Amino acid sequence: MEKRTKSRTSRSVRVLSFAVAIAVGVLGGLGAFTIGYGNGFSYLTNDPEACANCHIMQGHFDSWVTSSHQDVAVCGDCHLRHDFVGKWVTKADNGFFHALAFTTGNFQEPIRIKPRNRRVTQQACLECHGELVNSMLPAEHGGEVRNCVHCHSDVGHSGRR
Amino acid sequence: MRNESRMGNRSMHERPVSARHRGAAALLALVFAVAVLATAGVTYVLITMFTHKQDARQPFVRVVEVDELTTDPEPWGKNWPRQFDGWKSTSGGEFYGGSSAMPESKLDAHPWLKRLYAGYAFSIDYREARGHAYMLYDQGVTERITKKPQAGACLHCHASTTVLYRTVGLEAMGEEVTEAKLAEDFNMEAVQRGFEELSRMPYQQVLEMLYATPDGTPGENEPVFPQPPTGGFTGEYAGEGVPEGHAMVGEAHPVTCIDCHSPDDMSIRVTRPGFMQGIADLAASDAPVPHLPSIQQWREGDRSEPYDPNKYATRQEMRSYTCGQCHVEYYCANKTTLTFPWGEGLKAENLEKVWEETTFPDGTEFYDYKHGETGADIFKVQHPEFELWSQGIHARSGVSCADCHMPYEREGAMKVSNHNVQSPMEFVNSACQTCHNVSEDELRARVDTIQSRTVAMTERAGRAMTEMLDAIMEAKAAGASDQDLAPVYALQRKAMWRLDYISSENSKGFHADQEAVRILAESMDYSRQAQAAALRMRAPDAPSTEQLPTEDVEGVTPTERAPVPEDYEPEI
Repeated sequence: MEKRTKSRTSRSVRVLSFAVAIAVGVLGGLGAFTIGYGNGFSYLTNDPEACANCHIMQGHFDSWVTSSHQDVAVCGDCHLRHDFVGKWVTKADNGFFHALAFTTGNFQEPIRIKPRNRRVTQQACLECHGELVNSMLPAEHGGEVRNCVHCHSDVGHSGRR
Repeated sequence: MRNESRMGNRSMHERPVSARHRGAAALLALVFAVAVLATAGVTYVLITMFTHKQDARQPFVRVVEVDELTTDPEPWGKNWPRQFDGWKSTSGGEFYGGSSAMPESKLDAHPWLKRLYAGYAFSIDYREARGHAYMLYDQGVTERITKKPQAGACLHCHASTTVLYRTVGLEAMGEEVTEAKLAEDFNMEAVQRGFEELSRMPYQQVLEMLYATPDGTPGENEPVFPQPPTGGFTGEYAGEGVPEGHAMVGEAHPVTCIDCHSPDDMSIRVTRPGFMQGIADLAASDAPVPHLPSIQQWREGDRSEPYDPNKYATRQEMRSYTCGQCHVEYYCANKTTLTFPWGEGLKAENLEKVWEETTFPDGTEFYDYKHGETGADIFKVQHPEFELWSQGIHARSGVSCADCHMPYEREGAMKVSNHNVQSPMEFVNSACQTCHNVSEDELRARVDTIQSRTVAMTERAGRAMTEMLDAIMEAKAAGASDQDLAPVYALQRKAMWRLDYISSENSKGFHADQEAVRILAESMDYSRQAQAAALRMRAPDAPSTEQLPTEDVEGVTPTERAPVPEDYEPEI
């Protein structure tokens, strides 16, 4: 009797293992295909075209191509932090929430930059132009200052239409 | 103890075999469930990705052929369902016909309008505007048409008429007309000719011809929107059956897809003869048009052929031109063909100058109506949205009509221009916030400021106008002749032209706020000038003012408190 129970349990475990193997295999295959189909690996690069993959940023991309910064900065140069950890955290954060918003269609139009991303771009402006604008910056760290793009709103891309 | 523990160990050792299996089974089941859910999720992502990629690659599928004969929007709607749905939405969701559904009368809301339009059909029936869906229905039932005879030219803007125009034009040019020929190409020359033939015929007769014109859907006569009851709700034909031999057979449409789009490639185009002539006149003038660069460019060329918007205009200009085919000032009645008065420029006084210099074909001076109270010849302003927009900051910044009234909206990976043409206040985010990085409430407040100021100024100008009319009538009663009053009538016409210009324009001043208030200020000035002149006519001569005491200059520091330097010589 004990033996029968035991063999029944082990058989169901075997069946389950088989099913799990198939399920995980399907998931793996489908997942790999989806990543390939959606140019998933391009998100790991610094290629600005990757940012227009999901169509939303097409207008921003198109206007960046004609902007004053087209030869000196790509999307990532202004929208990612410049240190290793910061860069990948920002990338993961935006990658996840952008994908979620666009897949579910749950977002406001016209799209607006979030405060934490605004801080990233402000920092990026200063990476290159910090020396020039040094005297305009607040005396102590964290002091109040207008963002550069408050006035220079179309240096990267106009974002219009 | 030891035994017990061994016993215990054994029992622990024995049980775990099945327990471990159960644990493994549960874990496997969990992994299985997670894998299934994750696969479903990945598939969902894959499918949305696929749909979006498809959308981006192929924004529409042409399942039905449409050609130059297809004035019926329904076949177009099969190819471009989103745009068609937007167009249908201009009815406000559900079509409201019937006399009780008519919008509020402007004459009731602003009683001075009745006096402004005294002697003209607009004093009978003049209502708030409704969406594009209603243009043909409302024209069919307005008492301006059912109580007064009107010309076929009215249909230039209220119906999809190009096929009718082309048919009549080809016939007039002595060519054979077949459906295949009508469907083949647009033939602007024939459209122009047909329009001229029809513009002075009676309205009802042209409408009847329009119903009978092929619309690309033979055998299908169920229009998208209901057609107006023959004869309207009130007026001389009301309640009567369709007269013998005047049966409305077929189907007529308000302005539809074909009126703005080419059926070949969906590009936007100008189809209306009135605009073609008007914009060519504007180009040929030397009026500044900084907001229309292609006209500037044409002027610099050899000018061997007239300016043709379909050939020279930029895409961005076309996004305003298509609207400018109807939302303009024009003459539209039976004394001469429909005319856009743009030969001197697009400002209110430029248009006025053209009318002042225009004569009818019979040689008499141009006017729209004789004022019902004073008898002065008056120019009626239609709805100069295109002209007022041309004076404003948005036109100057390259913003077209469609940018605000038909803004791009996102549907998946597609950008679709919203075809539910209406006030941008209905979709502030896509209309305004694309450029203005300001909250919706703030934008609304800004618009409200402009509009409420203009409305207040319009009411004030309306009051000045009625007081002018009173003064003129009093002068007449006191015995002033029409000859005496001629200069006053000229002022009356100028005052009314300017007041009507802003009160008929449909943006309450928003399209060019300072310009609107400038025009109203001029209106008030002319009204008061006319009023003062009329009052003088029945007042005794003014006495001399020489002997009246006047005050010396004040506010000058006395000499003893501010000694004048010896070498000071005042400039006199």
